[in-house]
Amino acid sequence: MNALNNFFLIALPYIALALFLVGSIYRYTYKGFQLSSLSTQFLEGRRLFYGSLPFHWGVLFLFIGHLIAFLFPSSVLAWNSQPLRLLILEITAFIFGISMLVGLVNLLVRRYTTPRLKYVTNKMDLVVYLLLIFQTVIGLWIAYNFRWGSSWFSTLLSPYLYSIFSFQPDIKAIVLLPVPVKLHIIGAFVIIAIIPFSRLIHFLVPPINYIWRPYQQVYWNWSKRDVRNPEAPWSLQRPKNN
Amino acid sequence: MNVRSQISMVFHLDKCIGCHTCSIACKNIWTDRKGAEYMWWNNVETKPGTGYPTKWEDQNIYRGGWQKENGKVSLKGAGKRRGLTNIFYNPNLPVIDDYYEPFTYRYLDLIESPEGDDQPTARPVSLITGEPIDIKMGPNWDDDLSGTPDYARNDPNLKNLSAAEQEVMFQLERMAFFYLPRICNHCLNPACVASCPSGAIYKRGEDGVVLINQEVCRAWRMCVTACPYKKSYYNWHTGKSEKCILCFPRIEAGLAPACMHSCVGRIRYLGVLLYDAEKIEAAVHDDESRLINRQLDMILDPFDEEVIKSAKQNGIADSTIHAAQFSPVYKYVKEWKLALPLHAEFRTLPMLFYVPPLLPVMATVKQVDNSEGEKKMNPMAKYWDDNWLYDTSTKELWGTLDQVRFPLKYLANLLSAGDEELIKDKWRKMMAVRIHRRRVTVGDVSNEKADEALRDAHLTPEMADGIFYLTALAKFEDRFVIPPAHREQAIEMIDFTGDTKGETGFGIKSKIRRGL
Repeated sequence: MNALNNFFLIALPYIALALFLVGSIYRYTYKGFQLSSLSTQFLEGRRLFYGSLPFHWGVLFLFIGHLIAFLFPSSVLAWNSQPLRLLILEITAFIFGISMLVGLVNLLVRRYTTPRLKYVTNKMDLVVYLLLIFQTVIGLWIAYNFRWGSSWFSTLLSPYLYSIFSFQPDIKAIVLLPVPVKLHIIGAFVIIAIIPFSRLIHFLVPPINYIWRPYQQVYWNWSKRDVRNPEAPWSLQRPKNN
Repeated sequence: MNVRSQISMVFHLDKCIGCHTCSIACKNIWTDRKGAEYMWWNNVETKPGTGYPTKWEDQNIYRGGWQKENGKVSLKGAGKRRGLTNIFYNPNLPVIDDYYEPFTYRYLDLIESPEGDDQPTARPVSLITGEPIDIKMGPNWDDDLSGTPDYARNDPNLKNLSAAEQEVMFQLERMAFFYLPRICNHCLNPACVASCPSGAIYKRGEDGVVLINQEVCRAWRMCVTACPYKKSYYNWHTGKSEKCILCFPRIEAGLAPACMHSCVGRIRYLGVLLYDAEKIEAAVHDDESRLINRQLDMILDPFDEEVIKSAKQNGIADSTIHAAQFSPVYKYVKEWKLALPLHAEFRTLPMLFYVPPLLPVMATVKQVDNSEGEKKMNPMAKYWDDNWLYDTSTKELWGTLDQVRFPLKYLANLLSAGDEELIKDKWRKMMAVRIHRRRVTVGDVSNEKADEALRDAHLTPEMADGIFYLTALAKFEDRFVIPPAHREQAIEMIDFTGDTKGETGFGIKSKIRRGL
């Protein structure tokens, strides 16, 4: 039991993070062409609406929620100090969880019942769907049965995650947690591990730069002004091979 | 003055015969690939017709281009707020059925079928799924189908025409159509560039070609929505958007783009325009009725000393300025004012200009009293039992411009943002050139009449001869004036060329990395 705990709660996180880091950097550097999710809206546009929207808004909210609980556990505890606010947070999160699950199931059914989509689907897509569905179902199960998650996450899991990231893994508290919670942790790290090897990579390249960049972009391949100026050196960059 | 150069185009619709050679040349070079089968970077549409993709001009459906609301110009279906909130599902994205499902035929069945009672057939199969399909639409599906209820009568450009006007337009005896070849307009205010969340699309400074960086494209598909001409296409196989690249590898080598090179009707002209980039913003924000004049104002006279000076200051090569002075596009667009941009009301400042077609105008159908002729006719002779005369005489042209066979309003909706006077002005010029040339070559038109026609059209005989030459006689070098790309300087900026021959090939601007 101890060995299993050690493997899944200490070794697996490090393997996952290493795979995630090295794999993502490799893919970003050498496989720039593949840094996106292969959109299928062009082949099937109607049913995607009922899958993609509930899933993405759900997962976005829940991801940010987990992130905040990890980074600022005390603020979440402060928010939860009033029962009403705790209820609002838990119910909202649960609704987003349901939305995510509904979206995922719609996406899965859509992908495997639309003939055209068969030709843009690979095995990894199925793995991603099943993993995410597993993770969402377990998450909802925990939220329903082990209340109130937002509070005990901040007191139990945030320190654990912090210990992982500070290379002093401490699993004393969480080995005592019920099995579904452990499964949720394992699922999370498996998902992190497969990010560089699946369509999930697109979550690393959100178009944030678009918010402040000017609308129009004009690129010059080289500065003709400098080339024509006899005063200037022949080029701004020295030839690299000379 | 911020002078920039733009490789710009003129398509002379009066000469287009609708042969689709341009489309085939383009397809063979660029889009004969998996995922790109349905794409036609160059396509030729029959007008009136719904076009490709179906009803692309109807921005109530596709929400492309820019719109002006309360004095502010914004993207209609994309942009920072709309684009980012719709990033998980793009509500205005055309799907493949709006173009057509690409297909081929099982030709091998014709050869390999076992012997039987029936002839083997080559069944159509989808190029996406490989399964047999019933073809519902294909390339040029509405070709030459003027007057048909499904296609011509659904043309979005009929929007301001009354039911009576449409009825007249589609009477069997009066029916007309013309062809509209379309490629990417390489706009000065491109909606695709503005809509791209990843910043993958850019306009090349040197020649104004609009390109999509395939490495940076993250397939958010906003450009497909934003381009009002639907000239950005999503490749469902690679998950990247693609568009016309104006054959830039050919242009850089001094060759005309494939569609233009192969054009049978020789309708296409390509040349440099110098324009003032400072005026873009004001032009985009002006009222719809002034958009075209504003766009023409931006185009600078390449012979003007001031313009040449600021062009040189901006680093535009002498060879480019020289090419601008001989540009056929400058002549058509600015000097003769014969060409108009397509749908200027989309506010993208398209740099592909069209000379409106005259042919549907020239002939009129008149009802005549045929009873006299009938009496005199030899009883044995064939008798045409109708009272319609297809009148091709040009004498009455000035009088009949208002009652032409092809409604002015329709062409105005297409080419002049609704301004009928602009179309009339072009038609007058084209007719004046014909009358003038008839005086020169045949001599049966009086000098007074020819001079009057030229005066009405604000043309001099020299200009008319110039228009005639470039329209009818122009040689390859007259139609395509391509400035040298000076790629040698670009490479010398990066590498010493003495020992790097072959190291940096076409399209690669950095060293190819090997290992870590």
